[in-house]
Amino acid sequence: MRFFPKCREVSELLSQAQDRPLTLREKFAVHVHLPLCDACRNFRAQLDVLRAAVRRYLSEDSSR
Amino acid sequence: MAAPKASLPTSAVEYEQFRSYLLRYAGLQIRDRAAAEDLVQETLLAALEGNFSGRSSVKTWLTGILKHKIVDHLRRQNREQPLLENDDADRSEADIVDALFAADGHWRDGPAHWPKPDQALENRQFWEVFERCATLMPARMARVFAMREVLELSTDEICKELGITATNCWVMLHRARLVLRECLETRWFGKS
Repeated sequence: MRFFPKCREVSELLSQAQDRPLTLREKFAVHVHLPLCDACRNFRAQLDVLRAAVRRYLSEDSSR
Repeated sequence: MAAPKASLPTSAVEYEQFRSYLLRYAGLQIRDRAAAEDLVQETLLAALEGNFSGRSSVKTWLTGILKHKIVDHLRRQNREQPLLENDDADRSEADIVDALFAADGHWRDGPAHWPKPDQALENRQFWEVFERCATLMPARMARVFAMREVLELSTDEICKELGITATNCWVMLHRARLVLRECLETRWFGKS
């Protein structure tokens, strides 16, 4: 991994953060990148929405 | 104490509620509607024969039985059609993701801000779009995504089931999330 990764790598790390703990180095890379990048910040928020949506979809009270 | 048999579905209405919930659960991971219905049917039959301990909710208990059946089903499916032996599928999935990023690694047309996602989850029409987007996902990535997000298996467990490496698994999950996200943004969040 490059020290200052690009959006593509950051998006990979953000996705993997949903599946495993990131290493310190990876966390740092994300931490440095996010404040500078709206798109990656949006992506991070959306990953949580996706996960919440699946949970909600499976729960009885989803509005259908 | 006798097991509280009374909490098992007794009325037709209750039975239908459980059935439709289980179908939704199976439907997210199994494309073949008939196969999903079979597994749900088997689950309900197994439930009738089984012994509900009353330690969990009936829904949790039924979901547990169904989950095992789905894992078995996916295992069989993976034996018949191994995930990684399909180079064409891999290339076309990789192309989808390549198209999202420029050569220098920046987003081509990055994720937009999604206004009020909580409200979307309350909206009936959102769920139609969500179902649509889930079924539009290419089959392989949808399978891995469902194993992770619906069955809530760990990456290690998925690797073992599918005979793929952790890296493969992460790549496929990343692709799946990008594709699902893109679809929801195009069909829902980008429109408001």
